Amino acid sequence: MTKVLTDTRSIRIKGRSFLALVLSPEPPLDAWLTRLDDLASRSAGFFLGRPVVLDVADLEIDRAELKKLIDELGKRNVRIMGIEGGRPSLFEPGMPPAMKGGRPAPDIEIPAEASVESPGAAPAAATAPSLQVEPPAPRAISSIVIREPVRSGQSVIFPEGDVTVVGSVASGAEIIAGGSVHVYGTLRGRALAGSVGNASARIFCRRLEAELLAIDGVYKTAEDMAPNLRGQAVQLWLEGDSIMAERLN
Amino acid sequence: MAKVIVVTSGKGGVGKTTSTAALGAALAQRNEKTVVVDFDVGLRNLDLVMGAERRVVYDLVNVIQGDAKLPQALIRDKRLETLFLLPASQTRDKDSLTPEGVEKVMGELKKHFDWIICDSPAGIERGATLAMRHADIAVIVTNPEVSSVRDSDRIIGLLDAKTERAERGERVEKHLLLTRYDQVRAERGDMLKVDDVLEILSIPLVGIVPESTDVLKASNLGAPVTLADSRSAPALAYLDAARRIAGETVPMTIPGEKRGFLGKLFGRRAA
Repeated sequence: MTKVLTDTRSIRIKGRSFLALVLSPEPPLDAWLTRLDDLASRSAGFFLGRPVVLDVADLEIDRAELKKLIDELGKRNVRIMGIEGGRPSLFEPGMPPAMKGGRPAPDIEIPAEASVESPGAAPAAATAPSLQVEPPAPRAISSIVIREPVRSGQSVIFPEGDVTVVGSVASGAEIIAGGSVHVYGTLRGRALAGSVGNASARIFCRRLEAELLAIDGVYKTAEDMAPNLRGQAVQLWLEGDSIMAERLN
Repeated sequence: MAKVIVVTSGKGGVGKTTSTAALGAALAQRNEKTVVVDFDVGLRNLDLVMGAERRVVYDLVNVIQGDAKLPQALIRDKRLETLFLLPASQTRDKDSLTPEGVEKVMGELKKHFDWIICDSPAGIERGATLAMRHADIAVIVTNPEVSSVRDSDRIIGLLDAKTERAERGERVEKHLLLTRYDQVRAERGDMLKVDDVLEILSIPLVGIVPESTDVLKASNLGAPVTLADSRSAPALAYLDAARRIAGETVPMTIPGEKRGFLGKLFGRRAA
């Protein structure tokens, strides 16, 4: 049986990153849970509504213990969205999925004065982490510059921001940027801008000979491109679900 | 100081082996001790082009596996006493080459020779990556047509990533050798022009070898084209290319182009 699709629009799949809290339990687990309770008593709802990942890479633990740990955390309203660093044998159906490829982010800590401790508390309490996390300060949009030609077979993947190539992008090469793609040369390969869901990303090139162009998941192959844009300096952007293009200069 | 040259292309049939033999003979004629090494294990050809196929006893794989000493496997050319061949094995495959073995052989060759020219197999797999691994200089052999140019581009990317020099943060010196060039067909638009290829690959040009029956004739004679008829057009192009590789400045000419165009081509060296 062949299914007939009545709606031929393709499904758009985007990437997105969230900052998760990572808990790294230390043995003995009972003592660690007590310390966690202590933290929670001082900051009710600290974990509420936050994605939490359990890092078990440095923990000697078996499946039953892990299951118990997840249950214990659940009782404390800490909902685990994924487990990092666990051996495949640790997992069973119903557990949070294994995660990998996480990148470190700065430690989450709060200045001591934000603490709710009373003035007479022990000195240790003065340095205890406070429990509210401020939203990260807006970071400058990052970008990378590549000063040489991108050769056939090479991929430049930069989800964090813009990619600028001072040189050409060869047939069979690809640039995947979270932001915009700028090519100061001939773009013969593929350029994918706004790859993690950024509809305002654009593609600029000094000479358009591309095999494929994509912005925020909407793509166009060489065949679909207007022939009068070939060989021209062009910028491309997204309006709704269609890629628009105009000649520069 | 010994220099290791890899003659490579990605695509097959573009003239790597012919160019290895011709450049090897041209460099040896400068009285510099030269060895041409066949890395095409399983599909060796360099011995035929060098006219040494009936003198092969031991080969590169024997040396790597310790069955023979390097001097036993080296074959001295009968015409040029500064030219040697290290043949490949025809009965093995490329898995017989190990990174450690190749490194050892290269280290030993560097002690005895001024130029070590490695004839790379086609493709981008083990044989090709091991042939380029120790290179100081790469000669990228390209025909003026799109598939050869794209494969060369791929190889240039690998040279910048997978060689010992690249891993040390240095660069392999890269030269484009355009072979089987036919000026008439390029003018007609049947072939890419020199400028088109240079624009795409953006590496310096080291020579343009014309399409010529002299090349086939020399191969069948078992002689590098630079030795078979040193005054033929392809031989002249290879001799000039060898001088450029050795560091001399030689004006570039497009074979078959009328005089007057030559002046334009001085300094035709892309980034």
